[in-house]
Amino acid sequence: MQQLAETTMAGQDTLLDIQNLTLSLRDQSGWVEVLNNVSLSVKPKEILGVVGESGCGKSMTALSILRLLPPRDSRLGGKILFGGQNLAACSESQMNRIRGRHISMIFQEPMSALDPVFTVGYQIEETLQRHFKLSRREASERAIAALNSVGIASPRHVATLYPMNLSGGMRQRVMIAMALVCEPRLLIADEPTTALDVTIQAQIMDLLLGLADRTGTAIMFITHNLGLVAQSCHRMVTMYAGQVVEGGPVRDVIAGPRHPYTAGLLHSIPDSNRARGTLPSIAGRVPSLRHMPKGCRFGPRCSYSMQPCELPQSIENEGVEDVDRREVRCNRWEELALRGVGA
Amino acid sequence: MSLSAPSEQSALDVDDLHVTFGNPRRGSLIRAVDGVSFSVRRGEIFGVIGESGSGKSTLGRCLVGLLSPSGGGVLHDGIDPFKFSRSELNRHRRKYQIVSQDPNAAFDPRMTILQSICEPLNIAGEGTKAERREKAFAMLDRVSLSAEMANRYPHEISGGQKQRANIARALMLDPNVIVCDEVVAALDVSIQADMLNLFARLQEQFGLTYVFISHDLRVVSHISDRVAVMYFGKIVEVGPAHAVIETPLHPYTEALRSAEPEIDPTAADARQRIILQGEIPSAIAPPSGCRFHTRCPRVRDICRTQEPPQRELLPGRHVACHFAEEMLGEKERRSLGLAERNAAHQGAAAQGAEMM
Ligand SMILES: Nc1ncnc2c1ncn2[C@@H]1O[C@H](COP(=O)(O)OP(=O)(O)OP(=O)(O)O)[C@@H](O)[C@H]1O
Ligand SMILES: Nc1ncnc2c1ncn2[C@@H]1O[C@H](COP(=O)(O)OP(=O)(O)O)[C@@H](O)[C@H]1O
Ligand code: SF4
Ligand code: SF4
Ligand SMILES: [Mg+2]
Ligand SMILES: [Mg+2]
Repeated sequence: MQQLAETTMAGQDTLLDIQNLTLSLRDQSGWVEVLNNVSLSVKPKEILGVVGESGCGKSMTALSILRLLPPRDSRLGGKILFGGQNLAACSESQMNRIRGRHISMIFQEPMSALDPVFTVGYQIEETLQRHFKLSRREASERAIAALNSVGIASPRHVATLYPMNLSGGMRQRVMIAMALVCEPRLLIADEPTTALDVTIQAQIMDLLLGLADRTGTAIMFITHNLGLVAQSCHRMVTMYAGQVVEGGPVRDVIAGPRHPYTAGLLHSIPDSNRARGTLPSIAGRVPSLRHMPKGCRFGPRCSYSMQPCELPQSIENEGVEDVDRREVRCNRWEELALRGVGA
Repeated sequence: MSLSAPSEQSALDVDDLHVTFGNPRRGSLIRAVDGVSFSVRRGEIFGVIGESGSGKSTLGRCLVGLLSPSGGGVLHDGIDPFKFSRSELNRHRRKYQIVSQDPNAAFDPRMTILQSICEPLNIAGEGTKAERREKAFAMLDRVSLSAEMANRYPHEISGGQKQRANIARALMLDPNVIVCDEVVAALDVSIQADMLNLFARLQEQFGLTYVFISHDLRVVSHISDRVAVMYFGKIVEVGPAHAVIETPLHPYTEALRSAEPEIDPTAADARQRIILQGEIPSAIAPPSGCRFHTRCPRVRDICRTQEPPQRELLPGRHVACHFAEEMLGEKERRSLGLAERNAAHQGAAAQGAEMM
């Protein structure tokens, strides 16, 4: 796996580069397209926020990267370049060497990732031994150090416990310890704090960002919470109905969103500084996958929808440098000049 | 506030309420609600915030008569519901509804939405079948659900729609009070905004009284007139919503406020962040003295041994912390400084205007 580090895309400083990813899944009624031309990138050490309502394809993007979808009932199109290697074309054994070692993932519900029948110490050791030649003693010491690094006060004791015996916050810490123990280059965090109290959420975010910074791990951070994105991410993308509809540096997007959907999400958050009264909300719902609107997929819910919106949409780019690059999928963005938050 | 003289307009009077679970002799007694007092005016929206395990749901269930107090009491419009016989209580309880976080639990998967919504009236034996259906459709309309939803099954509608149907169901019995327990917690912000608007509208239309339980400060402060902050079975601070959120006078409220992610980058930069260490301690062994002392950033010796009494620091603002006066002083100095600066600013502006 050593050559992985050296073959980072020639010239370009990109860790993950997803190009026109399309995903179809098969259910009882046949094949259905879940992701449509998703393109996004993560640079080394960068924290990318991915936002959007339930069902917009955030988790499916994550699962595609790690190739965790059932092979018989899923079809991938496009490229998922990770350090120059196309994950979309990797074999299962190649993926096994990448998962947990170079890319790892944490989930909203830690119980789905932790095995209830093994102690948490054993599970971390197992992950280590899968990727490194270590004696049991060494693995066990590193597992305890990992538990210690996520702020667990008595790591030797906690290592002997089963996931069932831990609180939600503690389980999330254990999962982070396990995900970061091999110091991966990319961590995909899918709603890691959604089930937690704000106080515990603040602890976990602090921990996650601190550790990632120390190990140089980049994060793809999936969340519903725009506040968390504002607080912790460098860049963000908004997904809607299986597409990326907006992307750019977090501060720029929040201060001046270009897609009406991003603006809608921003304004529907209750704000204690704003007078009580009717909150702006986004009418309607995410369309069903089998009945995608023609033209702009957000059209039926968009209050700015007009004739040009029925035309095909494509992503428009602006900003030359990677750092200030902004993307938007809306035919009217320039004339709209939408209002953001703050600034 | 006392049980013998409930105030005239109170929909709910809660006096030194205790609710316990478990067995004291086996050392497993949990004081989920441990001496809580407040009253809610008719037509008021009263918010309750706190971390999970602080006793919010237990309080909510007791408020509507689903759990009996183990000490103290609750009055409904001046009446003690726990003195009623079982059947009287069941009839009385129709006017006191609770809507819970998980709408899935409220719907029978084998029943259509319409059937589920009619069920409370069926049980109460009210009206003819046609009248019940008519009312159900009216309520669906009130919560902005189209009639086509009526014949769907729970798995055929979204989480937000299910939560709306759940509210329609609670409204069927023309309640006086609705306790909303984490009703928007699982929803997307866009749908959450819709629901909060709906609650505000229904409150105006029906003159409802709400107790709005949530661990989300933004949500509670947006919708409520007053809020109570709970920690480990006790109310540590209560007062007008905006004041409590903007100038908390208890270290716990301050920490909750600071843990809330800030969207506006300038506001985020200006804010001092407090990250609380640890979690709510074990329910079986509450800490001595002030229960928050194991996590409090302002803890001092006295906090470990003496429980702080609750007192009214400003009109309508009750706080239980030994150093609440000190915090008030800090905040007053800070806002005074701000006010002076503003006054100076305005003075300058006025001068500028005169010169024109
Ligand atoms: N096995 C499947 N067969 C068909 N469609 C599926 C399948 N799994 C997921 N989908 C659909 O794919 C879309 C994207 O789902 P995804 O889980 O990525 O959403 P998400 O953005 O992560 O939402 P959430 O915020 O609720 O987690 C949804 O419309 C979902 O219903
Ligand atoms: N039926 C029950 N039996 C035993 N303990 C309970 C029961 N319901 C709640 N508790 C305990 O009471 C405390 C308060 O719980 P709860 O009211 O559900 O808090 P919240 O709603 O604030 O999360 C917790 O310690 C919880 O474990
Ligand atoms: S293309 Fe039209 S409908 Fe789509 S987001 Fe832009 S303005 Fe709205
Ligand atoms: S009484 Fe002491 S421990 Fe309790 S909240 Fe106040 S300062 Fe903190
Ligand atoms: Mg998801
Ligand atoms: Mg609860």
